[in-house]
This record gives sequence, C-alpha cells and structure tokens, in this order.
Amino acid sequence: MIRLLACVTALAVLAPLAPVRSTRAAAQDTSQVKEGVRVGVEYQPGVRPGLVVLPGAGLDSVRAIIRRDLDYSDRFEMITVADAPSGAGSSGVPGGAVNYGIYRALGASFGVELLEAPGGVTVRLHDVGASQVRNQQAFSLPPVTDPGFRLAVHRVGDEVARWATGTEGIAASRLLFVAGGRVYRVDSDGEDIVPLTPAGQTSLSPTWSPDGQRFAFTLLGAGRGGVMLQGIAGGAVQQAPGTAAGLNITPAFSPDGRLLAYAHSDESGTDVYLANIADRCCAQRLTVGRFADNLSPTFSPDGRRIAFVSTRAGPPQIYVMAADGTDQELLAPFDYGATGSSNAPEWSPDGANVVFHREVSGSPQLFVVSVAGRRVRQLTSSGRNEDPTWAPDGRHVTFVSDRSGRRQLWVIDLETGRVRQLDTPGAARLPAWSRRLSRTAVAP
Amino acid sequence: MRANSLMLLLASAALAAGCGGKPAPEEPAPQPTPAAAPAPAPAPADDSAERDRLDRERLAREAEERAKAVAADLAMMINFDYDQATVRQTDQATLDRKAAVLAANPNVKLQISGHADERGSDEYNLALGNRRAAAAKRYLENKGIDGSRLDVVSYGEERPLNPGHDEAAYAQNRRDEFQVTAGGDNLVAPQ
Repeated sequence: MIRLLACVTALAVLAPLAPVRSTRAAAQDTSQVKEGVRVGVEYQPGVRPGLVVLPGAGLDSVRAIIRRDLDYSDRFEMITVADAPSGAGSSGVPGGAVNYGIYRALGASFGVELLEAPGGVTVRLHDVGASQVRNQQAFSLPPVTDPGFRLAVHRVGDEVARWATGTEGIAASRLLFVAGGRVYRVDSDGEDIVPLTPAGQTSLSPTWSPDGQRFAFTLLGAGRGGVMLQGIAGGAVQQAPGTAAGLNITPAFSPDGRLLAYAHSDESGTDVYLANIADRCCAQRLTVGRFADNLSPTFSPDGRRIAFVSTRAGPPQIYVMAADGTDQELLAPFDYGATGSSNAPEWSPDGANVVFHREVSGSPQLFVVSVAGRRVRQLTSSGRNEDPTWAPDGRHVTFVSDRSGRRQLWVIDLETGRVRQLDTPGAARLPAWSRRLSRTAVAP
Repeated sequence: MRANSLMLLLASAALAAGCGGKPAPEEPAPQPTPAAAPAPAPAPADDSAERDRLDRERLAREAEERAKAVAADLAMMINFDYDQATVRQTDQATLDRKAAVLAANPNVKLQISGHADERGSDEYNLALGNRRAAAAKRYLENKGIDGSRLDVVSYGEERPLNPGHDEAAYAQNRRDEFQVTAGGDNLVAPQ
C-alpha cells in the first residue's frame, strides 16, 4: 500500500508527461490486472527495464502495433507517454535531439523511436542511461492494406525486443484455435482473425507444422474422423496416412516436420501412432492400450521423446516415451485416488518443461512439470483453465479460460503471472501457438 | 358380385374416414343410399370377409406396435458414471434386451455412439466416448452377438443431448446411443 502510494506520488510529480506504467505481478496467475496498478506484494523495481515508445508524427498504426508487441513481450516496464509535449519526446526529425533526461526521470532504460522512411520505417533504440542510440535499422514494410502488413510490423517489434534484451520477441507468431467447429488463425496480439476451415464441419485439435506453412487437424464426421493436412494459405486438404478408418485425434508434428504422431481410436481403445507424412506411408503403433486410452502426443524439441496422456493407471495422466514407443514411464507424478485427471500436454520449446491441465476440485488448472526433475508446479487456481499451448519464447502460454464468463483464449506470462485476453468472437478452444513465423511462412 | 365389391369399397371409405389409427370397432356397414343402386341385402359371407379384413388390419397394427417396441428396445440409451466407461448394473437389462432383439433379427446392424459430458478435456472425451461405445459392444459380444454387426463411433462432448451445465444435464449426456444401420424393417420380437 505504501509502495503504491509512493508510486502514485512519484507519478504525480511527473504529471506533465502523464506516464502510466504497465502492471507488475507476482509470479502467479493474477486474473484481475488493472492498468496502472501494480498487483502483488513481491514487486521488485528494476527487474525489467523501463521502455518508452517515443511519441512522434505519422506511423500511428506501426507505432501502436510495436508498442503493444513490446508490452505483450512482458520483458519491459512499459512507460506510456500519452501525449507529446514539445521538446519532451522525439523530434520526429532524423537526427533530432531526444530529451534523455526526462525519460531517465520516468525510469526508462530504453526509448524506441520510429521515423518514417521510404517504403517502411526506420527504428532507433535509444539507450537512455548512456544518452545514445544503441541500434538503428531501416525496415521495409508492405502497404497497410497488404495482408502481410501486420506480421511485417510484428517482426520489427520482435527485432527491437532482441536489441534491448538479447532475446527475440514472439509477436510475429500466430495461433490456431477452434470456434463453432471451425479452425481459425489469429495474430499473437489478438488481431486479424481468419477462418481456415469451412463452416458446417466439426474440426478439432489444430496443430502447426514446424515451418508454419500448414496445419493438421481432426475432421470429425459421423463419429469418425481422419487427421487432415492443409496449407495455412489454403489449397487442397490431404488426409494423413493411416487415418482413413476409425477416429483419429490429437495430431502433432515432429520437430523436423517429417512425422505426424496422432491417436487412433477403435473398439480396442485409443493408441498413439506415428505416420511418416514426408513419404506418406508407414503408420507405426507406439502404444498398446488393451482397453486403456493413449492420446495427445507431443514431441520434445529434439524429436527424441514424446509426452502423452494415458489412462493405463485409471484416470488420464501424463506419461513420456521414446519416439519409437519404448521406455514408457510416468512424467508428471500423481497420487492415485487423489490427483485429478491430467490432459493436454505440450512440450516447451526449450525442452525443459511440459505444460498440461489437471483437474483440481472439479476444475481444470494449468500445471507444468519439469522434465529433468519431474517437479509439478500449479500455475492457475480460479475458474476453468485448460488446453495450454507454449509461445515460441517458452515463457508465455495461451490457454482456454472461462474467467470472463465464457470460454475464451488467454495468455499468461509465466515469469510475471500477467494475463491478457485474446479477444475472439464466440467461445474459443483448443489453441495451438506457432513457432516464430519467418518471411517465407507469411500467408495472408 | 359388382354390388358386393361396391359395398366393400364403401365400407373401406367409411373406415378410413372414421377411425384413424385406433383399433377398429365393429361398425355396421352403412346402408347404400337408394339412389346409388338398388342393391340386394348383404349376404352373411360379406360379414365374415369384413371381419377377416379387420382382423388382418388389427394384427398388422399389433405387429407394428410390437416392432416399434422392439425398435425402442434397440434404441434405448445407456448412461455412464463420470469419467467411467463401465456398463452400469442398472443398464445391463437394457443391453440384455438388445442382445435378445439382435439374436431374433440376424440382419440387424447397430451403430453404437459414445458420448461424454462437457467436463474433462475435449480431446480426451473423444477417447472416452469411444471407450463407452466399445464397452457396450463388448457386452453384446459376450451375449453372443457377432461383433461385425456392431459398429463403434464416438462424438465425445460434441453432441450433448441436454445443453445444460449441471449434473442432471451431465448425467444425460454421458451415454451410448444405438442406431439401427441395417435390417431395421420388419423387426421380430424375441421369443
């Protein structure tokens, strides 16, 4: 409370610039985050560098997108300067003077300056403490009306994040999700929602190919379903080999994109299979259920192991095996008869963790298990939180939550506990986050 | 001869107009109007032919009712406990009746579709529904029904019977449905 008051006082002193700092939170899910208010008692000033996007003329949409990308990276204390008093911000002119002193006083370590350039934008990253430009680069951008515009701007934002922190941002990535039986894609900031499968079908469990060019999903027909492969940009829909009969669910690409793991259901149960989609052949059975279910495979980033769900011990729990089906063992420890069902595992991009959801008092909650230590950590605790999927940076997770009253997509930053909503129309479920999308993967 | 035929036609018309699907009462045949034809009085033989015909209709209706009851036995759903795919004891009689009907109607084929309530993982529920359908199939196979007549599919939680979000709705939605896919005409009741 005292800290908050002190903060408010400090802000009041600097009132001419009307700065608003983004939220900080303790490292757990805080579902109620208000702008301008620090949530949590473990606030440690100085953990994240302050960053201000300098006000300027023109480039409004570019500036708005990049500012939001840097905010959503959760790597900076965002200092929002509502207006541009003369002499306080960017001069808007190449080579113009930046008033480092006033941004230092606001707590900014970095200032991002955007300047109009022919066919794009020139970006400068100012090191406010050293009162000098740290990076400068001209980026070409397609016209605002171009379908690739937003992704191109996101790439600029990701590069700025790399300049400042050494780690590329994740803005130039997209998510797939299911709403009303259709697969949609959406930019990582919740914009640009596009349907990828037709209305009137029941499509489930979309998953990205590693190159971001296509996706696999289950097309549920009359109680049966094949795993289908489709280009993100459209084109013919192919059926994955081995998935013509029965019910075939929860597909997952191997990291090299050559193999597709999925679960096949028939009257003997549900088991994990591995098909060679590069050569379109050879579905190989990896688990033998004997009336137990084995499903939801997810590859380790090195492609050597697969985590999956199995009911071999009763309720579904998270197991792991070698990618050839050998060495099957429990991954996430549980107390028999006490621990709730565990489902929807996804291996983190750095290979260290597997995120999943587990029933706690009748509601699914997000958990991670460390692969090396087999330690289980709970991430959420209120409402329903399920079907997690990792961002390419391995610190953000998108999941489905009913905390707003209906099932929507939310993003949690595991480092700070900050959550934000991905605003989708209607109830959304089964999200899948892409890797960083390269230029070649751009699809309107 | 001609007059008798006309009588029957008139009687049929009256029946059709008078008594829809109800069991036919033994109505007296209407007297033909004098203007129609100066027909002779009906012979006793005509009465017995009429009774035969009505009997046939009644028997056909009864057979239809029986077939409906048999079809209802085939279609009756069974329900499951939460996250379970074990046939409950209370549902065994339902499946036993199906087994008897299937034994008496060797051309009938059934599709068994398993369903789950909305709790639990969407994807896991597809596998759970599959296991529920497979459980009913195994039960019927153990009662001597050839497995090739029983098809297993799953809709998971995608097709709730009751759209509610309470336990009563969930209990209804955790189910197997049974659909006749072949041989459904002229169902015979088991002996």
